[in-house]
Amino acid sequence: MSEPLVRLENVRFAYGERAILRGISLSIPRGKVVAIMGGSGCGKTTLLRLIGGQERAVGGRVTVDGQDVAGLGRDALYALRRRMGMLFQFGALFTDMSVFDNVAFPLREHTDLPAELINDLVMMKLHAVGLRGAAKLMPGELSGGMARRVALARTIALDPMLLMYDEPFTGLDPISLGVIGQLIRRLNDALGASSVIVTHDIQESLQIVDYIYFISEGRVVAEGTPDEIRNSADPFVSQFVHAQADGPVPFHYPAGDYATALVGGAG
Amino acid sequence: MADVFRKMGSMAINGIWQLGFIARFFWLILVYSGQSFTRIHLTLRELYFSGVMSLLIILVSGLFVGLVLGLQGYETLQRYGASDSLGTLVALSLVRELGPVVAGLLFASRAGSAVTAEIGLMKVTEQLKAMDMMAVSPIARVVAPRFWGGVISMPLLAALFSAMGVFGGWLIGVVVIGVDDGAFWAQMQDAVDFRYDVLNGVIKSGVFGVAVALIAVFEGYDCVPTAEGVSRAITRTVVSSALAILALDFVMTSFMFRG
Amino acid sequence: MSRTTMDLWVGVFVAMGIAALFFLALKVGSISGSDIQSPYLLSARFDNIGGLKVRAPVKVAGVLVGRVSEIRYDNERFQAEVVFTVDGRYKFPTDTFANILTSGLLGEQYLGLDPGGEEKLLAPGDVIKKTQSAVVLEKLISQFMFSKAAEGEPAPAK
Ligand SMILES: Nc1ncnc2c1ncn2[C@@H]1O[C@H](COP(=O)(O)OP(=O)(O)OP(=O)(O)O)[C@@H](O)[C@H]1O
Ligand SMILES: [Mg+2]
Repeated sequence: MSEPLVRLENVRFAYGERAILRGISLSIPRGKVVAIMGGSGCGKTTLLRLIGGQERAVGGRVTVDGQDVAGLGRDALYALRRRMGMLFQFGALFTDMSVFDNVAFPLREHTDLPAELINDLVMMKLHAVGLRGAAKLMPGELSGGMARRVALARTIALDPMLLMYDEPFTGLDPISLGVIGQLIRRLNDALGASSVIVTHDIQESLQIVDYIYFISEGRVVAEGTPDEIRNSADPFVSQFVHAQADGPVPFHYPAGDYATALVGGAG
Repeated sequence: MADVFRKMGSMAINGIWQLGFIARFFWLILVYSGQSFTRIHLTLRELYFSGVMSLLIILVSGLFVGLVLGLQGYETLQRYGASDSLGTLVALSLVRELGPVVAGLLFASRAGSAVTAEIGLMKVTEQLKAMDMMAVSPIARVVAPRFWGGVISMPLLAALFSAMGVFGGWLIGVVVIGVDDGAFWAQMQDAVDFRYDVLNGVIKSGVFGVAVALIAVFEGYDCVPTAEGVSRAITRTVVSSALAILALDFVMTSFMFRG
Repeated sequence: MSRTTMDLWVGVFVAMGIAALFFLALKVGSISGSDIQSPYLLSARFDNIGGLKVRAPVKVAGVLVGRVSEIRYDNERFQAEVVFTVDGRYKFPTDTFANILTSGLLGEQYLGLDPGGEEKLLAPGDVIKKTQSAVVLEKLISQFMFSKAAEGEPAPAK
């Protein structure tokens, strides 16, 4: 049980020429909720894709439940993915199905449960995210936050061992935000699962997670338990916790000199 | 000058790459087709969207093409005193060529573009990635049923187009102009052979169905996942399908109808 | 759109499509070409087949009994050899006469059979000996003009 569920060892990744991750090592212990934070575009979504096996690392190793993800064949990878749930950043609901059918989708695809049982399970999941009344709506009729919650219900439909949430809190009002945060925590504990949350919402995550990693420029720059983070003197961490514009995290995507660009543009 | 050659060379190489991709994709679809038939409602749904939804335009176009063939054909034939052969002319043109080709072109722009758009948008909104992440193969679940829906719809639509066209020709020739009803049908039956004309026409429409459906799902699946990428993919579906239909038609006609 | 309505429509669509295929097969075309029962082959040699084509009809007394299946040139006899399929229900005497005829003035050419009076019947693979070649219109016209010229009258202007 001491072996963490997910372990990244010196993982490097690039889209074409552009290096995104430059040697990341982190681990997600069983039963824990881990948050990954970092500036926009620093490669958090990419990191989740690597864990899910949708992208292959250029270097280093990604192991999930003792299996090297990059080395798995299609069938083994699919078998592993059945035990993972990923909440996509933009929900990725199936637009041609109702809310109910969206949540029922993984159940119908992977189990032979009778219709009544599927109905009960779906209603339970929808109830958990507070949208039981929206079961008949189509995704186009939902607000962004509602869509996110439906996607959350779909992610947890199969009670997976590893839950990955890509920005579950964006677009939620403060009330649902708190509820969803608590839900993630309770689900994790009830299922005995492990969770990764990619988020920008540091205040919320400080309340629910067990461990936090900060990523910048393709590396882990700070890590610690919520208590350690709150009291950290690390300039990077304090920039995040106190939401300062200036600090080690660059606001700008790498670019040439601004003044040159303006003058050059005019000339 | 060297630039022109370089451009042509790179176009040729790209074309071959593209063909290779399509062939590989076709193979994948066949490998992952099991679900399309074991869970038949997946394919039935696509039959609805590509077949039933194309029904109206196919029937109306078929009727009008038949009406025009009837009028023009009568114009020409009566100069030679051969207006009794109107049925033959209308039926042969429709069954051999116009039915499969025009229905194929209409099908590509009505159903093919819709399939490309749907798959493309699913890609843009990460639905395909999400499905893949749920250990459900998008090729088996999304692509293959749409492919088979198109493949099954196309010959039926072409047959309906031809039948409607013959009806249109009959309407103009027999009802409006007054060509003898018996001569119209008898001459037609005499000249149109089931295996040689009708069956070859059906084979043509089947081949067009495979081509259009394959192009449509490929372009959708392969599109650049942006709004612009999807719109380009749709254009490519319509253009490539039209070219493929005309080229395949030429090749098949030269094999099928000789002498 | 509920699933049952959708299924219903798909059913209607498929039924319509199959009905159209039957319409094309039975009403527009004739199955006869492929539906010749227990067919057998006969052949005939002609000096000139004119515009006869493969798949041209074979008729007896105006009734369709078969189709031309092959046309080749016999390099020893310097004649055309026409092979045709005939419905097994029809039998013909050995002295049957084969003509190449034209339906109407400009219509398609077909193979016409004229049964004779023999008792013995043609067996599959037999060759019909008595044949008459196609009438070639150009020849006919020039013959006509030459005969007119020979009579010393001026050829008609038309
Ligand atoms: N398919 C792709 N092809 C090329 N580059 C990509 C692709 N996807 C992402 N990138 C680049 O990789 C970098 C990391 O992207 P990623 O989506 O992982 O960021 P992120 O950390 O999730 O950001 P955010 O917080 O805004 O969601 C970005 O700079 C982006 O430009
Ligand atoms: Mg992201």
